[in-house]
Amino acid sequence: MMLLVEVASWALILLGSFFTIVGALGLVRMPEVFTRMHAASVTDTLGVGFLILGMCLQAGLSLITLKLLFLMLLFVFTVPVVTHALAQACLHEGVEPALTHDGGCTRSTASDQRRQQ
Amino acid sequence: MFAVAAAAVLVALALTITRAIKGPTVFDRLLAGNTVGTLAIMLLGVVGFLTGRPEFLDIGLTYGLLNLIGTLSVLKFFRHGDLAHDSEAEPGT
Repeated sequence: MMLLVEVASWALILLGSFFTIVGALGLVRMPEVFTRMHAASVTDTLGVGFLILGMCLQAGLSLITLKLLFLMLLFVFTVPVVTHALAQACLHEGVEPALTHDGGCTRSTASDQRRQQ
Repeated sequence: MFAVAAAAVLVALALTITRAIKGPTVFDRLLAGNTVGTLAIMLLGVVGFLTGRPEFLDIGLTYGLLNLIGTLSVLKFFRHGDLAHDSEAEPGT
Protein backbone atom coordinates (compact mmCIF):
# COMPACT_ATOMS: atom_id res chain seq x y z
CA MET A 1 0.00 0.00 0.00
CA MET A 2 2.83 2.41 0.89
CA LEU A 3 4.60 1.53 -2.36
CA LEU A 4 1.42 2.15 -4.36
CA VAL A 5 1.00 5.64 -2.87
CA GLU A 6 4.68 6.43 -3.51
CA VAL A 7 4.52 5.33 -7.15
CA ALA A 8 1.27 7.23 -7.72
CA SER A 9 2.62 10.43 -6.17
CA TRP A 10 5.86 10.32 -8.19
CA ALA A 11 3.91 9.70 -11.38
CA LEU A 12 1.64 12.67 -10.62
CA ILE A 13 4.62 14.93 -9.84
CA LEU A 14 6.43 13.92 -13.04
CA LEU A 15 3.25 14.56 -15.07
CA GLY A 16 2.90 17.95 -13.39
CA SER A 17 6.52 18.84 -14.22
CA PHE A 18 5.94 17.81 -17.84
CA PHE A 19 2.80 19.95 -18.24
CA THR A 20 4.48 22.91 -16.50
CA ILE A 21 7.33 22.86 -19.03
CA VAL A 22 4.92 22.34 -21.95
CA GLY A 23 2.88 25.38 -20.90
CA ALA A 24 5.97 27.58 -20.54
CA LEU A 25 7.28 26.37 -23.91
CA GLY A 26 3.94 27.31 -25.48
CA LEU A 27 4.17 30.74 -23.85
CA VAL A 28 7.45 31.30 -25.72
CA ARG A 29 6.57 29.64 -29.04
CA MET A 30 2.98 30.76 -29.67
CA PRO A 31 2.56 33.58 -32.24
CA GLU A 32 0.18 36.07 -30.56
CA VAL A 33 -1.30 36.99 -27.21
CA PHE A 34 -4.55 34.96 -27.30
CA THR A 35 -2.78 31.72 -28.20
CA ARG A 36 -0.24 32.50 -25.49
CA MET A 37 -3.08 32.75 -22.97
CA HIS A 38 -4.23 29.32 -24.13
CA ALA A 39 -0.71 27.93 -23.56
CA ALA A 40 -0.36 29.58 -20.15
CA SER A 41 -3.60 27.97 -18.96
CA VAL A 42 -1.96 24.54 -19.44
CA THR A 43 0.56 25.48 -16.74
CA ASP A 44 -2.15 26.96 -14.52
CA THR A 45 -4.52 23.98 -14.62
CA LEU A 46 -2.83 20.69 -15.52
CA GLY A 47 0.71 21.50 -14.28
CA VAL A 48 -0.35 22.98 -10.96
CA GLY A 49 -3.14 20.41 -10.49
CA PHE A 50 -0.93 17.36 -10.97
CA LEU A 51 1.91 18.82 -8.86
CA ILE A 52 -0.45 19.65 -5.98
CA LEU A 53 -2.14 16.22 -6.14
CA GLY A 54 1.27 14.54 -6.07
CA MET A 55 2.34 16.63 -3.08
CA CYS A 56 -0.97 15.78 -1.34
CA LEU A 57 -0.19 12.06 -1.67
CA GLN A 58 3.31 12.70 -0.25
CA ALA A 59 2.01 14.70 2.72
CA GLY A 60 -0.57 12.13 3.81
CA LEU A 61 -3.62 13.10 5.85
CA SER A 62 -2.55 16.28 7.64
CA LEU A 63 -2.88 20.07 7.76
CA ILE A 64 -0.42 20.30 4.85
CA THR A 65 -2.89 18.47 2.60
CA LEU A 66 -5.64 20.89 3.59
CA LYS A 67 -3.38 23.85 2.73
CA LEU A 68 -2.52 22.26 -0.63
CA LEU A 69 -6.21 21.73 -1.42
CA PHE A 70 -6.94 25.35 -0.50
CA LEU A 71 -4.14 26.42 -2.85
CA MET A 72 -5.70 24.37 -5.66
CA LEU A 73 -9.13 25.89 -4.92
CA LEU A 74 -7.55 29.35 -5.07
CA PHE A 75 -6.09 28.58 -8.50
CA VAL A 76 -9.38 27.16 -9.77
CA PHE A 77 -11.15 30.40 -8.85
CA THR A 78 -8.54 33.07 -9.66
CA VAL A 79 -6.92 31.89 -12.90
CA PRO A 80 -10.10 32.06 -15.04
CA VAL A 81 -10.85 35.53 -13.61
CA VAL A 82 -7.39 36.83 -14.53
CA THR A 83 -7.46 35.26 -18.01
CA HIS A 84 -10.92 36.65 -18.72
CA ALA A 85 -9.92 40.15 -17.57
CA LEU A 86 -6.76 39.96 -19.69
CA ALA A 87 -8.66 38.88 -22.83
CA GLN A 88 -11.26 41.60 -22.27
CA ALA A 89 -8.54 44.25 -21.85
CA CYS A 90 -6.84 43.00 -25.05
CA LEU A 91 -10.07 43.31 -27.05
CA HIS A 92 -10.80 46.71 -25.52
CA GLU A 93 -7.35 47.96 -26.56
CA GLY A 94 -7.90 46.73 -30.14
CA VAL A 95 -5.70 43.62 -30.10
CA GLU A 96 -7.63 41.17 -32.29
CA PRO A 97 -7.07 37.39 -32.50
CA ALA A 98 -5.30 36.36 -35.73
CA LEU A 99 -7.77 34.26 -37.73
CA THR A 100 -6.96 31.69 -40.43
CA HIS A 101 -9.03 33.38 -43.17
CA ASP A 102 -7.23 36.69 -42.54
CA GLY A 103 -3.92 35.13 -43.51
CA GLY A 104 -3.36 33.09 -40.34
CA CYS A 105 -0.68 33.31 -37.71
CA THR A 106 2.73 34.21 -39.03
CA ARG A 107 5.69 34.63 -36.72
CA SER A 108 4.97 38.34 -36.30
CA THR A 109 1.28 39.13 -36.77
CA ALA A 110 -0.17 42.46 -37.83
CA SER A 111 -1.70 43.01 -34.41
CA ASP A 112 1.72 42.44 -32.82
CA GLN A 113 3.29 45.11 -34.99
CA ARG A 114 0.42 47.54 -34.44
CA ARG A 115 0.67 47.23 -30.66
CA GLN A 116 4.45 47.39 -30.48
CA GLN A 117 5.45 49.49 -27.47
CA MET B 1 12.20 13.34 -7.11
CA PHE B 2 11.17 16.73 -5.74
CA ALA B 3 14.49 17.94 -7.17
CA VAL B 4 13.21 16.97 -10.65
CA ALA B 5 10.00 18.94 -10.07
CA ALA B 6 11.99 21.94 -8.79
CA ALA B 7 14.26 21.80 -11.86
CA ALA B 8 11.21 21.62 -14.16
CA VAL B 9 9.61 24.63 -12.47
CA LEU B 10 12.91 26.55 -12.76
CA VAL B 11 13.15 25.76 -16.51
CA ALA B 12 9.54 26.91 -16.95
CA LEU B 13 10.36 30.12 -15.01
CA ALA B 14 13.30 30.83 -17.33
CA LEU B 15 11.11 30.39 -20.42
CA THR B 16 8.37 32.59 -18.94
CA ILE B 17 10.85 35.36 -18.08
CA THR B 18 12.06 35.19 -21.70
CA ARG B 19 8.51 35.95 -22.81
CA ALA B 20 8.20 38.74 -20.23
CA ILE B 21 11.33 40.42 -21.61
CA LYS B 22 10.55 39.85 -25.33
CA GLY B 23 6.75 40.08 -25.40
CA PRO B 24 5.73 42.82 -27.85
CA THR B 25 2.58 44.07 -26.08
CA VAL B 26 2.03 44.94 -22.45
CA PHE B 27 -0.54 42.11 -22.24
CA ASP B 28 2.11 39.51 -23.07
CA ARG B 29 4.18 40.86 -20.20
CA LEU B 30 1.19 40.78 -17.84
CA LEU B 31 0.40 37.19 -18.84
CA ALA B 32 4.02 36.23 -18.26
CA GLY B 33 4.00 38.05 -14.92
CA ASN B 34 0.92 36.12 -13.81
CA THR B 35 2.54 32.82 -14.85
CA VAL B 36 5.73 33.77 -12.98
CA GLY B 37 3.57 34.23 -9.87
CA THR B 38 1.96 30.80 -10.33
CA LEU B 39 5.34 29.14 -10.85
CA ALA B 40 6.80 30.92 -7.81
CA ILE B 41 4.01 29.45 -5.65
CA MET B 42 4.73 25.96 -7.03
CA LEU B 43 8.47 26.47 -6.42
CA LEU B 44 7.73 27.46 -2.80
CA GLY B 45 5.73 24.27 -2.27
CA VAL B 46 8.20 21.96 -4.01
CA VAL B 47 11.28 23.41 -2.28
CA GLY B 48 9.41 23.24 1.02
CA PHE B 49 8.88 19.51 0.51
CA LEU B 50 12.46 19.10 -0.75
CA THR B 51 13.94 20.56 2.44
CA GLY B 52 11.37 18.82 4.68
CA ARG B 53 9.64 22.04 5.77
CA PRO B 54 6.26 22.24 3.98
CA GLU B 55 5.23 25.24 6.14
CA PHE B 56 6.22 27.49 3.25
CA LEU B 57 2.77 26.79 1.78
CA ASP B 58 1.32 29.57 3.94
CA ILE B 59 3.50 32.04 2.07
CA GLY B 60 2.30 30.44 -1.16
CA LEU B 61 -1.36 31.04 -0.25
CA THR B 62 -0.65 34.69 0.55
CA TYR B 63 1.29 35.10 -2.68
CA GLY B 64 -1.59 33.60 -4.66
CA LEU B 65 -3.97 36.27 -3.36
CA LEU B 66 -1.40 39.02 -4.04
CA ASN B 67 -0.90 37.70 -7.58
CA LEU B 68 -4.62 38.01 -8.38
CA ILE B 69 -4.91 41.55 -6.97
CA GLY B 70 -1.65 42.67 -8.60
CA THR B 71 -2.56 41.48 -12.11
CA LEU B 72 -6.11 42.85 -11.93
CA SER B 73 -4.96 46.25 -10.67
CA VAL B 74 -2.30 46.59 -13.40
CA LEU B 75 -4.94 45.63 -16.00
CA LYS B 76 -7.33 48.23 -14.60
CA PHE B 77 -4.59 50.84 -14.66
CA PHE B 78 -3.79 50.14 -18.32
CA ARG B 79 -7.44 50.14 -19.31
CA HIS B 80 -8.52 53.34 -17.57
CA GLY B 81 -5.21 55.08 -16.83
CA ASP B 82 -6.40 55.39 -13.25
CA LEU B 83 -6.90 52.97 -10.35
CA ALA B 84 -9.75 54.92 -8.73
CA HIS B 85 -11.77 55.03 -11.94
CA ASP B 86 -15.30 56.46 -11.89
CA SER B 87 -17.34 54.26 -14.23
CA GLU B 88 -20.10 56.90 -14.67
CA ALA B 89 -17.69 59.56 -15.91
CA GLU B 90 -16.94 57.67 -19.15
CA PRO B 91 -20.08 56.63 -21.06
CA GLY B 92 -20.11 53.41 -23.08
CA THR B 93 -17.63 51.41 -21.02
